[in-house]
Amino acid sequence: MSPTSHKGLSFNWADPFLLEDQLTDEERMISDSAHQFAQDRLLPRVEEAYLNEHTDPEIFREMGELGLLGVTVPEEYGGVGASYVSYGLVARAVEGVDSGYRSMMSVQSSLVMYPIYAYGSEEQKKKYLPKLASGEYIGCFGLTEPDAGSDPAGMKTRAIKTDSGYRLIGSKMWISNSPIADVFVVWAKSEAHDGKVRGFILEKGMKGLSAPKIGGKLSLRASITGEIVMDNVEVGEDALLPNVQGMGGPFGCLNRARYGIAWGVMGAAEDCLHRTRQYGLDRIQFNRPLAATQLYQKKLADMETEIALGLQACLRVGRLFDEGRFAPEMISLIKRNNCGKALDIARNARDMHGGNGIQIEYHVMRHAQNLETVNTYEGTHDVHALILGRAITDLQAFA
Amino acid sequence: MKVLVPVKRVIDYNVKVKVKADGTGVDLANVKMSMNPFDEISVEAAIRLKEAGVASEVVIVSIGEKKSVDTIRNALAMGADRGILIEEDQGVDIEPLAVAKILAKVVEEEAPELVILGKQAIDNDMNATGQMLAALLGWGQATFASEIEIADGKAVVTREVDGGLQTISTALPAIVTTDLRLNEPRYASLPNIMKAKKKPLDEKTAADYGVDTSPRLTVVTTEEPAAREAGIKVGSVDELVAKLKEGGLV
Repeated sequence: MSPTSHKGLSFNWADPFLLEDQLTDEERMISDSAHQFAQDRLLPRVEEAYLNEHTDPEIFREMGELGLLGVTVPEEYGGVGASYVSYGLVARAVEGVDSGYRSMMSVQSSLVMYPIYAYGSEEQKKKYLPKLASGEYIGCFGLTEPDAGSDPAGMKTRAIKTDSGYRLIGSKMWISNSPIADVFVVWAKSEAHDGKVRGFILEKGMKGLSAPKIGGKLSLRASITGEIVMDNVEVGEDALLPNVQGMGGPFGCLNRARYGIAWGVMGAAEDCLHRTRQYGLDRIQFNRPLAATQLYQKKLADMETEIALGLQACLRVGRLFDEGRFAPEMISLIKRNNCGKALDIARNARDMHGGNGIQIEYHVMRHAQNLETVNTYEGTHDVHALILGRAITDLQAFA
Repeated sequence: MKVLVPVKRVIDYNVKVKVKADGTGVDLANVKMSMNPFDEISVEAAIRLKEAGVASEVVIVSIGEKKSVDTIRNALAMGADRGILIEEDQGVDIEPLAVAKILAKVVEEEAPELVILGKQAIDNDMNATGQMLAALLGWGQATFASEIEIADGKAVVTREVDGGLQTISTALPAIVTTDLRLNEPRYASLPNIMKAKKKPLDEKTAADYGVDTSPRLTVVTTEEPAAREAGIKVGSVDELVAKLKEGGLV
């Protein structure tokens, strides 16, 4: 033991368990690059984007140029071939600015590029992945329907066999990126496959395919959301994702996206902590900084604790992911815990900012509003509890 | 033309530095470290020379603790070609003269035509290594560069001086030290970060160069800047003048 070990070293409040120390050089560099990009390029435009519900498609190009799209996809298809821990660090850096920007990236990486990479034919991979990685193509993922949310297997979208391929009929709801998407990965029940769920790749401009925007969102306003309407969309056999059938297809994608969300929300929570700490140091009431009061410090300590534990859990699951040893329930655990905790942290941060906290330029209420969605999408807090409950008891309680 | 760029691992510029209780220096435990920002500017300048077809190879060298390897990798990820780590870990900062002496030996070995250094490291603000290296090598030096142009065996460098700009020309080989406004360093892209792993990196020690790096200076004290005292509000110019007189300030 070193001579200093009995009294300990200085505590780094911004990195309490020295997460940085636990990363490889490469992961640290990826994290730093993503963080710099997010702070320099995304932060300056987020206020306008959020207030005006404006999504700049150019962001995909900029992310692509830096290599933030398809972090885990191999280089031969235009990806980076980096670890799942790296992917998580990128999500954390981007969501440190806005959950909407992270959603745009997660959908592209985990829900569009991943299924094409994992379930697609060689032709499909070569055709789509490099352009999705560069951001030239924008992708979206259609699973949820107006009447199939937490119960996606209840979907009504149908693929009917035709002479040359399939005809798709149905509609999808709450689809990130859809109004500006070039590529649509859509899940449908296929009569030709005993009614099993199959994936299809659709392209913008196909006859019968439209993607109207869903307006009026009070959350994730910097990230566009829409529907996907398929009114007898005819596709060839080459649109079918050949290598997966059943709900395992979409769930394989969702595992990855949810894992990224668990990291991402900790980025938003950290931003709330940093801003609230600074606000408390600067804001003088009753002749002393707010941060000098016990109530304020107690809340900061709670935030710091949950973030430290949440990030450590993400890193552990990320390492298991990279070793091929993850179980989906692990992802449910961290997605549920971290979203719930981040939402609570953001609401507290809003409260601790007093009246100023409702203003866009203080950022914390934007995070809180965003996290309402993030806590709900990709499996609600309660649905993930049921996944864990089923694992604990061997009894399913969904229905 | 080969370009050599020395880089230093320092406390990240965002970190609020704390002085050690015994005044021997600043607390480095559990603190985020990164590349000296002026060195990032040097790396960027060298890479741009390479992209413009002026430089053929950009070699990075770092002297310091083993972890300086991260700093070199970072420069390789930005686009430099290969790196040399010269490990020297005495637990204290290596002084500019010792660094310059080691760099002079590296220059002998590598024979670059241009060495681009940050004008200073943000940890101790010495602003001496580039100048000392020029003296040891007997090369021309252009410090505080805000523009670099290489043509006809010469470096034409615009320098930021008090209240204006000065443009000088020096024959190659030469030493250039970089100032803040020379360029904006790029972010390392993720594909380039992955490629950096495969770029060559030699590991050596100061002893390999036969340079004695033991300190010649003694740090007497290290102090935090004095805390700013609270101000007061005055109601009129007369009151302001009165208060200034009272404080012996006018």
